[in-house]
Amino acid sequence: MSWNWHVFLNDDGSGRTYLQWMFSAWGWTLAVAACAWVVAVLLGVLVGTLRTLPEGRWSLWLARLATVWVELFRNVPLLVQVFLWYFVVPKLVPAFQQVPGFVLVVFALGFFTSARIAEQVRAGIQALPRGQRYAGLALGFSTAQTYRYVLLPMAFRIILPPLTSESMNLLKNSSVAFAVSIAELTMFAMQAQEETSRGIEVYLAVTALYALSAFAVNRVFAWIEKKVRIPGTLVASASGGGH
Amino acid sequence: MLGLDLSFLDWGIIRNFVLGGFWFSLQLTLVATLGGILLGTLLALMRLSGKQALVWPATVYVNGMRSVPLVMVILWFFLLVPSAFYSYLPSGANHRAEYSAFITFIAFEAAYFSEIVRAGIQSIPRGQVLAGQALGMTYGQNMRLVVLPQALRNMLPVLLTQTIILFQDTSLVYAIGAYDLLKGFTNAGKIYGRPEEAYLLAAVVYFVVCFGLSWLVKRLQARIAIVR
Repeated sequence: MSWNWHVFLNDDGSGRTYLQWMFSAWGWTLAVAACAWVVAVLLGVLVGTLRTLPEGRWSLWLARLATVWVELFRNVPLLVQVFLWYFVVPKLVPAFQQVPGFVLVVFALGFFTSARIAEQVRAGIQALPRGQRYAGLALGFSTAQTYRYVLLPMAFRIILPPLTSESMNLLKNSSVAFAVSIAELTMFAMQAQEETSRGIEVYLAVTALYALSAFAVNRVFAWIEKKVRIPGTLVASASGGGH
Repeated sequence: MLGLDLSFLDWGIIRNFVLGGFWFSLQLTLVATLGGILLGTLLALMRLSGKQALVWPATVYVNGMRSVPLVMVILWFFLLVPSAFYSYLPSGANHRAEYSAFITFIAFEAAYFSEIVRAGIQSIPRGQVLAGQALGMTYGQNMRLVVLPQALRNMLPVLLTQTIILFQDTSLVYAIGAYDLLKGFTNAGKIYGRPEEAYLLAAVVYFVVCFGLSWLVKRLQARIAIVR
């Protein structure tokens, strides 16, 4: 077998080379992952926080709602959720028929990941000593202020390691977007393999781009972790599973 | 519900479309779990052996697998395993995608299981290993009789949780067109012109299985915690 890397310079039939197509696909992968990450972190922090609220009239129901959220989005495969967003939601809610596929995939990936991040946020808040919450209240903070100024900043630092691996998971999981024909890396890999029959070269390049992107995410988080570390605090790491 | 019609669903559809796919998903989950744990344990032992010739290949393998999307790994194996290989298997020519899925999932999950096993082994106090050595046990005896049984017990809940994730991941064989649970539903949905209902039903089945299993794992975890 011999290599044929020149295949990347061939025209793909629409006036651009396979190399150009691949980099545009890389851009789509990064765009899907970045948008979904924002959705996942916002919802994850909200839902995870709700599950730790102190007892009150509303908080019990909010916490239950949050639990349902987590179980619902955690126990259905991501690919099935993508199909639900893409085919079923627009049928049930006509307003979604105008929404582009890219946004639907971002919702699917973001909601799926939010359930996992919510669990990490909850674990992070619960890992804090009870005294932190009481100290906040003793200073006259409201519950919201206690979360904003005392609990969440500490919990955020605790969950950085599992959040790192979850963010890398999100990037890798963005590959399921191929199933609804988003022009991202996996879709490129499948189509370019078919058109050029140089599967090994195409897959190698795509695999390298995924690994590179995941590594970059890892480095960015390591940098953040170093930046926000509070001297003198021991940060316990919770474990994160999944892919 | 809004425009949904589930009346097409009957026992015939379940038997003709869904059960075969469900059976394949379960088989794939089971085989990949057992194979993955075996291969994963081997990888973990290699990484903990302290011998550079063993540590390096295992580390590269595990980190490599873990930095690539499963869909890409599925595509890789489907592309690379030569068709001659399948001709040795019963009706291999017609089930290339399915056989390739078995190999892929064992190889891929082994990387994740090896990390769990490694953490499990490292959770065993050093004194246990030393005690085994003091009793004159060889490395193999020490691992088999002292370390691994205790480690397995510690990591059982995590292993089972990973198995639930694995079951969800089996749906990704969609990429190579293997006939699994999801495909069973989508095929039925296409043929009866009810794709939306079929996707919803698939989601319900996956949810019931995964939610039920994770409930069991939670109970198991509670029981183990009491014993400790």
